[in-house]
Amino acid sequence: MTYVRSFLNIIALPLILLFIWFIATLGETSFFVPTPQLLVQTFMDTWTAERFLSDVFPSLGRLIIGIILSILIGIVGGLLIGSFRWLRAMLEPTLEFFRAIPPPVLIPVIMLLIGIGDEMKVSVIVLGAVWPILLNTIEGVRSMDEVLADTSRTYGMNKVNTVRYLILPSAMPQIMAGIRQSLSIALILMVISEMFASTEGLGFAIVQFQRSFAIPEMWSGIVLLGLIGVILSFIFQLAERWILGWYHGLREIEQAA
Amino acid sequence: MPPASDAIGGMITNFGLTDFWVAIYDTMRAWAMGMLIAVVLATVLGFIIGSSTFLRRFTNSTIEFMRPVPSVALIPLAVLLFGVGIESSLMLIVYACFWQVLIQVLYGVADVDSVAMNTARSYGLGPFARMRHVTFPTALPYVMTGIRLAAAVALILAVTAQLIIGTPGLGAEISRAQSGGNYVSMYALVLATGLLGVLINLGMRMIERKVLSWHSSVRTEVAA
Repeated sequence: MTYVRSFLNIIALPLILLFIWFIATLGETSFFVPTPQLLVQTFMDTWTAERFLSDVFPSLGRLIIGIILSILIGIVGGLLIGSFRWLRAMLEPTLEFFRAIPPPVLIPVIMLLIGIGDEMKVSVIVLGAVWPILLNTIEGVRSMDEVLADTSRTYGMNKVNTVRYLILPSAMPQIMAGIRQSLSIALILMVISEMFASTEGLGFAIVQFQRSFAIPEMWSGIVLLGLIGVILSFIFQLAERWILGWYHGLREIEQAA
Repeated sequence: MPPASDAIGGMITNFGLTDFWVAIYDTMRAWAMGMLIAVVLATVLGFIIGSSTFLRRFTNSTIEFMRPVPSVALIPLAVLLFGVGIESSLMLIVYACFWQVLIQVLYGVADVDSVAMNTARSYGLGPFARMRHVTFPTALPYVMTGIRLAAAVALILAVTAQLIIGTPGLGAEISRAQSGGNYVSMYALVLATGLLGVLINLGMRMIERKVLSWHSSVRTEVAA
């Protein structure tokens, strides 16, 4: 019974919204808002395998490379900066400034410096998405448990083991929070970077549809982007549950006590 | 790439130009209006949804689906509907900031201490008094976090809309300087935008500290 109820809770509102949309566009021939049937039909027709190969996969490829680079740079840089007090004191104001620059503003700058190829798009993604990870890693390293740090030093753990068994795990919850923020930023920047001087990609395709007034196709692109966002956050939740499983378990025990 | 001295000099020259301040004004106006609409909408809806278990369950799937949809996906739609008017920027800003604040409000309202709530109820506080004296103070720190996050996002989207759609403001100036080959001016504007971001960030932190001065998290920070 509870399963049925929670299932109803999940699907009720989406169904109601769909129904309202259906009723509202029934018999209408509005230029801007397609009917649900038309949108589904267009979605099928527009996003064919061919289109996926030419527009969607290159976009996703750049997105994934950008995210992986951001995570690597963010974590390694954050571990370094977080471990040395003088480095942190020296760099933190500068980092705060660079983070405050809205990343899209950097697109013209990067276009000048490295052209308009894939490198430019990946750099834009990395330049925007690296900050939450970097700053959160620094915070995570800094707020490490003092007793644990002293204990591992007393037991003579070497540098590699300290990073592997002490620093990384204790900073992991914060790092994951940073990665969650970065994912949505990376997706936004993927789209924006393709709206500049581009000839392929999802962002380019959607703008192209809009400029040629192919409204249902444009909507189908928006829906596809939405789906990618949802899938991305779903994958992240799975990964988080796997990586931080020990942490959530620990929190539960602490709160129960 | 121009020498740094030129870019910084350009920025300082900008401070004396009316056009520059008009661009700043346009950007900040879109920022402030978008923030205001998003925060009011999200706070009101968040309190309503958050205080009823039924509504929370009922809307959860829809919110989780709508939230990750990237706001820039709406750029083409905004262009179609509003052209290069300020409404285009507003639509993007409101959509992006709304979710940031709403999620925080929902967390905040869910965080209410059940003992405090039951105490208030046994002392005979009405629904509005409970909202004002129990739920609101509990949720306020969360709301402020949401607003601070939204402030940064709003600036990003305001500038993005100006860059891509061409609504007036700093972003439009940057893209004009770039396509006109005036690179010194472009770097100067990028620097100015970064400074604006820093100022907004500092300002929001200050407001947060002021508004939450009664809260234990801020009080212990000061004592330490």
